[in-house]
Amino acid sequence: MARTISSSSSRASDALFVHRDTPYNNSSIPFSFTPENMKKAEEIISHYPPQYKKAAIIPLLDLGQRQNKGWTSISVMNYVAKLVEVPPMRVYEVATFYTMFNREPIGQNFVQVCTTTPCMLRGAYDILETVQSHLGGIHVGDTTKDGKFTLVEVECLGACSNAPMMAVNDDFYEDLTPETTKKVLDVFAKGSIPKPGPQSGRQTSENSAGLTALTSKPYGPGEHCTPEFQ
Amino acid sequence: MFILLQRRRSMSRIGARSLVDSNLELNSVEAAMLRACRASSSAPRASTNAVRQRGFATVQDTPVRRYGGLRDQDRIFTNAYCRHDHGIKGAKSRGDWHRTKDILLKGDNWIIQTIKDSGLRGRGGAGFPSGLKWSFMNKPNWQADKRPRYLVVNADEGEPGTCKDREIMRGDPHKLVEGCLVAGRAMNANAAYIYIRGEFYLEAQRVQQAIDEAYKEGLIGKNACGSGYDFDIYVHRGAGAYICGEETALIESIEGKQGKPRLKPPFPADVGLFGCPSTVANVETVAVAPTICRRGAPWFASFGRERNQGTKLFCISGHVNNPCVVEEEMSIPLKDLIEKHCGGVIGGWDNLLGIVPGGSSVPILPINKCSEVLMDYDSLKDAQSGLGTGAVIVMNKSTDVVAAIARFSKFYKHESCGQCTPCREGTTWMMNMMNRLVEGQAHQREIDMLLEITKQVEGRTICALGDAAAWPIQGLMRHFRPEVEARIAEFRKLNGPVMFGGKMLKDIDDRTLALPDNLGGNLVEDGDRYLKAPTPPPA
Repeated sequence: MARTISSSSSRASDALFVHRDTPYNNSSIPFSFTPENMKKAEEIISHYPPQYKKAAIIPLLDLGQRQNKGWTSISVMNYVAKLVEVPPMRVYEVATFYTMFNREPIGQNFVQVCTTTPCMLRGAYDILETVQSHLGGIHVGDTTKDGKFTLVEVECLGACSNAPMMAVNDDFYEDLTPETTKKVLDVFAKGSIPKPGPQSGRQTSENSAGLTALTSKPYGPGEHCTPEFQ
Repeated sequence: MFILLQRRRSMSRIGARSLVDSNLELNSVEAAMLRACRASSSAPRASTNAVRQRGFATVQDTPVRRYGGLRDQDRIFTNAYCRHDHGIKGAKSRGDWHRTKDILLKGDNWIIQTIKDSGLRGRGGAGFPSGLKWSFMNKPNWQADKRPRYLVVNADEGEPGTCKDREIMRGDPHKLVEGCLVAGRAMNANAAYIYIRGEFYLEAQRVQQAIDEAYKEGLIGKNACGSGYDFDIYVHRGAGAYICGEETALIESIEGKQGKPRLKPPFPADVGLFGCPSTVANVETVAVAPTICRRGAPWFASFGRERNQGTKLFCISGHVNNPCVVEEEMSIPLKDLIEKHCGGVIGGWDNLLGIVPGGSSVPILPINKCSEVLMDYDSLKDAQSGLGTGAVIVMNKSTDVVAAIARFSKFYKHESCGQCTPCREGTTWMMNMMNRLVEGQAHQREIDMLLEITKQVEGRTICALGDAAAWPIQGLMRHFRPEVEARIAEFRKLNGPVMFGGKMLKDIDDRTLALPDNLGGNLVEDGDRYLKAPTPPPA
């Protein structure tokens, strides 16, 4: 008689933590820094004590990810490991721990919508839905068919007074409404970059109805200081 | 009697107390004293005044000091809104790098004593007195220790609601760089690492620009500011992990490892970054140090209540008409802060549901407490919440408060580093239960079970992330438990009894089998009929 084997479903996680060789991501694909990036890498490594070269892992992975079209392949990780003289596993550990390292290819524009409570209170889920529908009905984690956009949902990006917001690549787009969100995405779709920052007309995080602080000219050197520092 | 009345009138002319009060205060003894005054009323004018003032003092309470209303000339971050040049030229015109050499030459003890006198407490959330913390670096005979010494600046600003350090880094980066030098001098550090969260790309660029400019002018580096003191500053960008805001996790992260907090002791002041003595301090704490040194500790200490002195950047988000970041005096009443700088709560103060006064990690406050608390460490602690980072998240009555707190639970589940079991598992459990409570798909007894989980996680982990995940839920249940109970009751009314873990009683397929008691399906609740014994299937 055949005995049944009961098994529980594997636990869903944000991303796959193990590496599986694929045609586009395997260790035989060569990767090395361009001479320009190599210079930057040397500069980064010089910031840390010589016996702690591995402190440069995170900045170097970031550099490699930028060179590798926004994602960190196994080759990038192996290359960084070689550069800082650590076993590759030490780099894999880091690359899987930090959320900013994408271990799968992404589109040209990496759209990160914040949905943590302060943004959620100001309608972040509406923004998320707008992005999803405006990019052709993709879901969180998907890339559009034309490869222009990848959408992810992220935790607090630290622009809460300008909620709701999203980050596209390195720039923050704040004070969004569904309409301005579409506008921002349209500009990206055309291949240019819209003006980062609040989309509502205010400059940074000041009171939008008029300044309540810092209205006068800033005081100069030595003003209001104790006599010995005037 | 006429003179007595006249006196009272003059009293109300002098002071602020109402006539009614002084009437109440007047007992027979004082009346006798007043009669004595009347007797001396023919004396020269000056002495009469003196007597009157003494009489006045007996009925006068100490004046109530109102906090808030900071003037621009007392604001430290004068370019918080990026209206001016953030480069070195603009920074120098706003008073940065003004006689920094003299501050450095005053020596470590003078700087630390000034910071101690100013009453500055850490602005990163825990509120530890900064002068004391910095002094831990200078243990007796520290010169004998040949290891390098580091200042680490925590710019991994990731606490939901917090966006103050960002304004410092992009508007006033030179304040931070100069602060590193001054704080570094105080703790005799050789170098500073500024750990900026990876998402703050623009901010990291601005700080890097400020560092480059400062190097070029010889303000930092070898012989910084010509003081004979060598000091280097480096920027280190993170890569997206909230937990790296914890000081030892931050150190691990700079060392190129996973951001998993270390056990303390040894404290970073003994064994920190690269195994050397280090101190981790928040951006705001470091950036205010030079201004305090130049303007004097008494100036800084004149703001706010005792033990909570100074000015502070507050970031207000959520349901206010005009969310903003603003530097205000410590101890400003929460209500004043919102009404004065943010145009009030959307729908008016009465439309307020609750406020999280210090970032996601502190418990929520209901409206009655919101109208009386002051924004400082002690007042909010007394109200069973905390100042945290000064991040005020306002929720009005349109908020689904359970969903809002459930979202915090999801945040902590996502950000738990996975090192300690109570936190790794507990945050997931808490998130799952909170998600069910949003709909009300739970058993009434599960509220207490959830609270028990929070108590079991709290204090049983290496770092405070477990505590931070537990407190919002405890705060919710402390003030909004009836709301949660009502949702459970409503769900139960519509869908029938729910068992522990969210499974519906009606989904039990085979009612002929005994239902284990630990599923809660057999519990009798108010309003339920006794569950009928299942009818045996027909033979």
